[in-house]
Amino acid sequence: MTPLLQVTGITRTYGARIGCRDVSFDLYPGEVMGIVGESGSGKSTLLNCLAGHQRPDSGQVVFDTRADGPRDTVAMSEPERRMLGRTDWAFVHQHARDGLRMGVSAGGNIGERLMAVGARHYGDIRGQATDWLGRVEIDTARIDDRPAAFSGGMQQRLQIARNLVTGPRLVFMDEPTGGLDVSVQARLLDLVRGLVRQMGLSALIVTHDLAVVRLLADRLMVMKDGNVVETGLTDQVLDDPQHGYTQLLVSSVLQV
Amino acid sequence: MIVLDRVCKSFTLHNQGGTVIPVMQDASLVVAAGECVALTGVSGAGKSTLMRLIYGNYLAASGRIMVGDVDVARAAPRDILKLRRETLGYVSQFLRVVPRVPTRAVVAEPLLTLGVPEDEAFARAERLLARLNIPERLWSLSPTTFSGGEQQRVNIARGFAHDYPALLLDEPTASLDATNRDTVLNLIEAAKARGAAIVGIFHDTAARDRVCDRQVDVSAFAPRAAA
Repeated sequence: MTPLLQVTGITRTYGARIGCRDVSFDLYPGEVMGIVGESGSGKSTLLNCLAGHQRPDSGQVVFDTRADGPRDTVAMSEPERRMLGRTDWAFVHQHARDGLRMGVSAGGNIGERLMAVGARHYGDIRGQATDWLGRVEIDTARIDDRPAAFSGGMQQRLQIARNLVTGPRLVFMDEPTGGLDVSVQARLLDLVRGLVRQMGLSALIVTHDLAVVRLLADRLMVMKDGNVVETGLTDQVLDDPQHGYTQLLVSSVLQV
Repeated sequence: MIVLDRVCKSFTLHNQGGTVIPVMQDASLVVAAGECVALTGVSGAGKSTLMRLIYGNYLAASGRIMVGDVDVARAAPRDILKLRRETLGYVSQFLRVVPRVPTRAVVAEPLLTLGVPEDEAFARAERLLARLNIPERLWSLSPTTFSGGEQQRVNIARGFAHDYPALLLDEPTASLDATNRDTVLNLIEAAKARGAAIVGIFHDTAARDRVCDRQVDVSAFAPRAAA
């Protein structure tokens, strides 16, 4: 099987400071990988470099495109990469406001992604928007309300619906459950897990919440000061961490 | 089916002065298809550690851990994930699930990830739950609020949902009443009869004598130079 994403030697520096250094990994279809580390460890820089939001200083991000097979997205033209960002890729931001259009209705937020890939039939678009609101458990009667009138958890679920409506194959998530109530977090985790299984999605999830990755991710990558210090099966890394920093991270979690 | 060859394991505590704790040395074990082997030894002897090594939850320092044709000690994460989906089941003592997911779905999940159609997977889950005496009114609720014994039975139902060719059982009959204990032992016997290789930890000696073909005392794998 061809990996969906092959990352080799991604490095990004900010002057003398290191964002992330020499990161390499493969991600296969249907796999969910968690990237953990403390604030400033370079996990968001890495995610942004992979998703094409930032240009890495060096390295390759080879994506198995539907049309032309594996292609280096770093070397792609901007329009091509943007097209990928609207079709096969999705990016779920930590703050839903960054990923939504706050002045457009909930239905419009979902419909916009569909129109970007060529949907024009109003009835179809509204039908799909209604379907997706249902899937992310938002009352379909709210379809014409603006996201500004939604709670934080609802905004996050709307962002997920907007991102997944075009049937992407790879989802980047930056702290998807950050800042949400625990009860809302659980609901979101359940939702994401179900979607991963039903749609065969692959996902990269950046978080500092180890409980979230234990439930969502198959594999784990631990970062510190821009370097990857440990990788492996999620439960193995959490239950038998090999690196000193991972041991510190795991033993520092407060128990409820 | 399961072959361990000179497996060693130690823990290095980097944040506590780099203390190295050797816990297992030259563990070797062979479990054939249709055979059930009990791990014995006093508490702390390494029964659970050995089981976690076989499941790939702990990383072996050296040696080979073959389950079918996969060497768990060296395989890539995705090969171990595939092995766990298709071949190697594990009933742990604790139930760890996403909150809010109904019991029926928790039990059916191993089948759904294998691509079994939903109605078939749920039907099988419901049969197992009924057999293990979980009242039907609880099936649509999350097991996180269940009693210890009920959680244990949900865990067992989940472990037996798919017919794994290899099974690891960590105290499957602990905290069960006589009827449910008997049901679990029947499930184990049925798994053996269809050719599953089973490694188990049983503190319940009567249960152990009923389902296990032989016993392996893990104290024999204790590091010899124990300080």
